[in-house]
Amino acid sequence: MSEKTCLGDIMPGQTAVISALNTTGSMRRRLLDIGLIEGTRVECLGKSPLGDPSAYLIRGAVIALRKDDCKNILISKFN
Amino acid sequence: MGLTNSSTGLKALDSNPQTKRKKSDDIVIALAGNPNVGKSTVFNGLTGMNQHTGNWPGKTVASADGICVTENNRYVLVDIPGTYSLMAHSVEEEVARNYLCFGEPDAVIVVCDATCLERNLNLVLQTIEISKNVIVCVNLMDEAKRKKIKINLNLLSKKLGVPVISTVAHKKSSLKTLTDTLDKVISKEIVVSPLKIEYPEIIESAIKNIQQCLMGYNLKNLDSRWLSLKLLDDDQSLIKEVNNYLGFDLLKEKDIKKAVNESKEYLNKNNINADKLKDMVVSIIVKTSEDICNGVITYEKKNYSSVDRNFDKILTSKYIGYPIMLLMLMVIFWLTITGANYPSAILSDFLFWIQDRLTDIFMYFNAPDWLHGALVLGVYRVLTWVVSVMLPPMAIFFPLFTLLEDSGYLPRVAYNLDKPFKCCSACGKQSLTMCMGFGCNAAGVVGCRIIDSPRERLLAILTNNFVPCNGRFPTIITILTMFFVGSSVGIKSSLLSSILLTLVILLGILTTFAVTKILSRTILKGVPSSYTLELPPYRKPQVGKVIIRSIFDRTLFVLGRAAAVAAPAGLVIWLMANITVGEANLLTHVSEFLDPFAKIMGLDGVILMAFILGFPANEIVIPIIIMTYLAKGTIVGIESVSEMKEIFLQNGWTWLTAVNTIIFSLMHWPCSTTLITIKKETGSFKWAALSAVIPTVLGITFCIIITAIAKIFI
Repeated sequence: MSEKTCLGDIMPGQTAVISALNTTGSMRRRLLDIGLIEGTRVECLGKSPLGDPSAYLIRGAVIALRKDDCKNILISKFN
Repeated sequence: MGLTNSSTGLKALDSNPQTKRKKSDDIVIALAGNPNVGKSTVFNGLTGMNQHTGNWPGKTVASADGICVTENNRYVLVDIPGTYSLMAHSVEEEVARNYLCFGEPDAVIVVCDATCLERNLNLVLQTIEISKNVIVCVNLMDEAKRKKIKINLNLLSKKLGVPVISTVAHKKSSLKTLTDTLDKVISKEIVVSPLKIEYPEIIESAIKNIQQCLMGYNLKNLDSRWLSLKLLDDDQSLIKEVNNYLGFDLLKEKDIKKAVNESKEYLNKNNINADKLKDMVVSIIVKTSEDICNGVITYEKKNYSSVDRNFDKILTSKYIGYPIMLLMLMVIFWLTITGANYPSAILSDFLFWIQDRLTDIFMYFNAPDWLHGALVLGVYRVLTWVVSVMLPPMAIFFPLFTLLEDSGYLPRVAYNLDKPFKCCSACGKQSLTMCMGFGCNAAGVVGCRIIDSPRERLLAILTNNFVPCNGRFPTIITILTMFFVGSSVGIKSSLLSSILLTLVILLGILTTFAVTKILSRTILKGVPSSYTLELPPYRKPQVGKVIIRSIFDRTLFVLGRAAAVAAPAGLVIWLMANITVGEANLLTHVSEFLDPFAKIMGLDGVILMAFILGFPANEIVIPIIIMTYLAKGTIVGIESVSEMKEIFLQNGWTWLTAVNTIIFSLMHWPCSTTLITIKKETGSFKWAALSAVIPTVLGITFCIIITAIAKIFI
């Protein structure tokens, strides 16, 4: 199985734990604001019809994130 | 904010919160909250006002205020834009934060979503840092109950140190506890002692150092601890606002500057730079929310949101996600077209009957012909056309669309359509602003505030006009039905109309994509910025309430605008038809002047003139065309909508004229209100002018090409 390192790697139904945010500026603020801090559990719920963005369950809210942005959200483990 | 008479039109412009203390003893209460938590419903319930509500984040992009009277007090309630945070990433967050910081509200009610409390607490905690008198209102308790989520309100209140009450905002009785608590907080019967967010020791001492220094200054209503943190944070735009508010430059005061530098050095020594500090501050707030929720919330059902997830699976599915969107659009149009037929006929019969009675009255009093002509054949008749042709489709489309909005489907549309927008280097939320444009382009333009990146916001503003607003699509429906479907009333023909209308809308959407792409490759170059979009839980819309209120609101609005714009236009037409210069009347002169150019576009001078006169309100385009044909021709009057086509045919309309009129209706300059709004929102004449030039040039080009091609084949 290939190694999963960022949030974009997990498939619908899988869960991951955030390890770091590899981004700066306003996006970093926004991601922190929605509760994506180190140790947060995130579940991928599904993909939009064209495959991007995907929907994630973050602290009880469903948030859509684009693949490009997910590249910068690093995860430590998943199942 | 939604599409009501107070949020559309010119009033859409006046949208930044100001404290309106009508009397000095008025108590000002700010209503804050995350987007989409029913804040507007609470506001309406408390003030009895009809602010439109909708189930999608960013509905209230502008603020409103209203009066709420309780047994003891009279409150001025200010509804501020819904935000996740007060760190000011976007225009709306800045508006919200500035109001809480500098608007000096006497108390702040933070409305929270009971089904998603933890994330809502983020805003509660940030608000508590700024304001002392905070009341937490946990709304949507019925949804939480349905999902079997239990919330221990007493424990939450104890942990936060502020009063916490629960509401089901659309049930007015549940708001009584809120007003009672408000009274008690204002009379100091309840003492609020909000929780202090504890930062790590190093940050705390850095804060304390600045705070001690700030003690010597008059900070008005600002909290010294919060301000110290913000000075450390180096948030330039906020510091500028603070300086404006205080009337002096904080960092020009030597001792403050010294203290800030000392603290920054101290943090640096401990490996905390500005970025790390910001991270730590936000993380601690998130962690505090998590801690508070432990023990407060119990999920009795593990899969409490399984219904929502199943809906999402269908509505955003790979294969049927798009077909469902199209189908939804078509069903709405079909219901609108079918439903509008009957009231249209009844209304026009009734209104023309009144016209005859009015004529009788004028005859009875021997009123001069010119007076009867100007008032009855001019003003009254154009009003009649506006009401009977334009009103019924609007009165049906609007509530239907509102139901869709309330259900929570629109964010899914934005979700489905994000990728195409990203390909145009734009923001997926642009589809939300386009949806708003269906109601009113001016409101759609204001709605663009939900887009964070200024470049992407401009793209959305400049292209909003390609979605036909409520004032334009009855024009399109009427012409489509007349020329391409036939006058027979039946399921088959109304189905055909709605398919054609959907195609027209799709053309508008495709044009939006094309223009957005071209703009982002030329004058608005840039890469798509990152984005987050919330998909809120689905909610059962309040069907009865929505129907009654949106018809009522909309009806009054349309009638008001019709009276204001159509009546003088009717008078102008009548005058032009009856004032003779040289050999012909003015109307003939003007339309003959426009005719050569209009003919190249496959239109005629009258149609072009109607579009020009329709600049203040697109609703009057068709009525003006009819009026002008009537005034020019020999036919004295037409009694029903079905006879309309006859008039059009007699004046040389063909299917080509109809196609071109529809295209031009979809693509021409925005109405005056929209242009003023664009000027205001972008702060520049240049962008407003461009937003008029782009669709006009496109519309003219399209019409000319279509006409040229058609002429080759005919």
